[in-house]
Amino acid sequence: MIDPRRFWRRHAADPGPTPDAETTQSLAARLDSASQQRLGRSLAICHVNAGSCGGCELELRALTGVLYDLERYGLRFVDSPRHADVLVTTGPLTRTLRTALEQAWDATPDPKWVVAVGDCAVDGGVFKGSYAVLAGTGSVVPVDLTISGCPPTPARLLAGLRALLEANAR
Amino acid sequence: MTAAAIIASAGAESCHPWPRHILTPTDWAAMAAFLVADPSLALVGLWADTTHVHALFLTEAEDLPLLASVPVEAGAYTALSPARPGAAWFERLIHDLWGHAATGGMDARPWLDHGLWPHSAPLSPRPVPPPAMAEPPDFLPPTEDGLFQLPIGPIIGCIDDAWHLRLTLRGETVERAEARLGYTHKGTLALMRGKPPRTAARFVARLGAEATVAHSLAFALATEAALAVAAPPRAATLRRMMGELERITVHLGDLALLGDAAGAPGVAATCGEQRELLARELEIAFGHRLMMDCVVPGGVAADVGPEGMRAVRRGVGRVVTALPGLRRLLESSACLTRLVGLGRVDRQMVHAFAAGGVAGRASGRRFDARQLRDERSVTAPIDTTGDAAARCRLQLVEIESSLRLLGRLLDTLPDGGTSVALPMLSGEGIGCAESARGDVWHWLRLDHGQIAAAFPRDPGWALWPLAEWAMQGAALEDVPAIQRSFGLTASGADL
Repeated sequence: MIDPRRFWRRHAADPGPTPDAETTQSLAARLDSASQQRLGRSLAICHVNAGSCGGCELELRALTGVLYDLERYGLRFVDSPRHADVLVTTGPLTRTLRTALEQAWDATPDPKWVVAVGDCAVDGGVFKGSYAVLAGTGSVVPVDLTISGCPPTPARLLAGLRALLEANAR
Repeated sequence: MTAAAIIASAGAESCHPWPRHILTPTDWAAMAAFLVADPSLALVGLWADTTHVHALFLTEAEDLPLLASVPVEAGAYTALSPARPGAAWFERLIHDLWGHAATGGMDARPWLDHGLWPHSAPLSPRPVPPPAMAEPPDFLPPTEDGLFQLPIGPIIGCIDDAWHLRLTLRGETVERAEARLGYTHKGTLALMRGKPPRTAARFVARLGAEATVAHSLAFALATEAALAVAAPPRAATLRRMMGELERITVHLGDLALLGDAAGAPGVAATCGEQRELLARELEIAFGHRLMMDCVVPGGVAADVGPEGMRAVRRGVGRVVTALPGLRRLLESSACLTRLVGLGRVDRQMVHAFAAGGVAGRASGRRFDARQLRDERSVTAPIDTTGDAAARCRLQLVEIESSLRLLGRLLDTLPDGGTSVALPMLSGEGIGCAESARGDVWHWLRLDHGQIAAAFPRDPGWALWPLAEWAMQGAALEDVPAIQRSFGLTASGADL
């Protein structure tokens, strides 16, 4: 039988000292100036497929591999638009995926950026004018950065995403 | 009387290299009835044009393609889905694109058309206005109370295609998996129509990036068969090399994803690294990391110089060196053990859906499209276990055999031209190529050098229904690994 009184016993440790108000204030001021520089260098990316053929996905996936190692730059892919700072869109935006893209954009917390990856996402690419597609990501949500190519190489993708990172940290 | 005999006795159109038999609606209905009890014909594809419905069969004994067509009367034709479950998706496709109804079909729900296009039946001569209200996708009703439904997609979260999977769960066990595709439908067939084959090849190359060489090759072979021209020997060898290189890169990419899903990050990292290093060499050799637009009707887009050949040799050599380590890693890590028994499909299911590639061969269906063409020497290894581990092992074996084949091709590359001009003629042709995921077929009819009708059959048509079956009874946490083991992609089947 466990003695129930042991749960009510006071903790043995002494109460801690109150932090010095002056030190806290000066530290907070220093952190404020440095945090944007240091901690601002991190962006969470969510990929939204808007009807791609799979080529841009292959190159985006290569970024997460050991040779490009995206995470060393503070960039990482997340599973949900709700956790994202950046939406990376691929594909010409099929009419069927329009609502999905709009919902993903709405679900992304502000401030947010949209990066259109690949010729299709920029303006519809080779599929421009088809009955089933709209003219790229920009026809539905505002696009901040376009990375062209069919598909863009991982190096090109990385350069584009790092530019976004630098601009964000400033 | 068998279904094959009915098809063979009907009059034939000149489709090259295999004739297309035109059946009367009565004969077609009789053939459909015979098919029920006749497993010797596998249904590879079913499609239409404005006047006819076409079916592509493969005789399972000799692997011979058999084409049958039926005129559409009063907007309808007799369904094949009661005899072949794989026909149901095709019948829904035919209804959505051409507006022909399948009489007696097993499933009449829309497929590609989600009610959001400017008009219904876009490929029919007279497209009709869409329904006033777009209805949400219609899923099978639950079989009993107390089951949960888990919707996944169309935005998956991880870097993937856009598709929707509706899992019905009893606790943690999958009772039923139902896939809904059509999200990445880009209207490729309408874009191809009326264009010369060289122009249309750009759309074909973008049907599915992981089978871009196979699609381009099957399309080029169909065009060349229709126009009775042949690619020069150097182009033919370069195409075969590209096909094998694509197989290696796609298998490496698939193994990387599978390693990730099966909790083997070492496998994922090694395979991903090898894939990337090979892709860099391919960019030097062919000008594109995925070899998109490199195979064109009439030959190849550009010759490969000595520098490019050195890059291919370097890339191949690097994979050869890495392979023993990769094999050890697969066997020593928990990866293969984790996959044993997952997503098992038996021989019967594979035949019912005419699934090819690694998925088909892991369950004992020997078909390899390369053997239909010039590569009789290719012996595709088969397995009969039919689970994810078998598919994983076969991928590794296929990488090895592709490397051996590449070694031979590199030593015997002939000199000469790499492309021939295409005459502006009429004709009909069919071609096939073996992609990493299975057999790709392209049929097309040319009218004075322009495409009058075409249809690509992507391996996804067989793999998705097979994966639906394989997920039944699986634990929810195993679903990603099962999905990765089939290499499911949506774009090729979404057109």
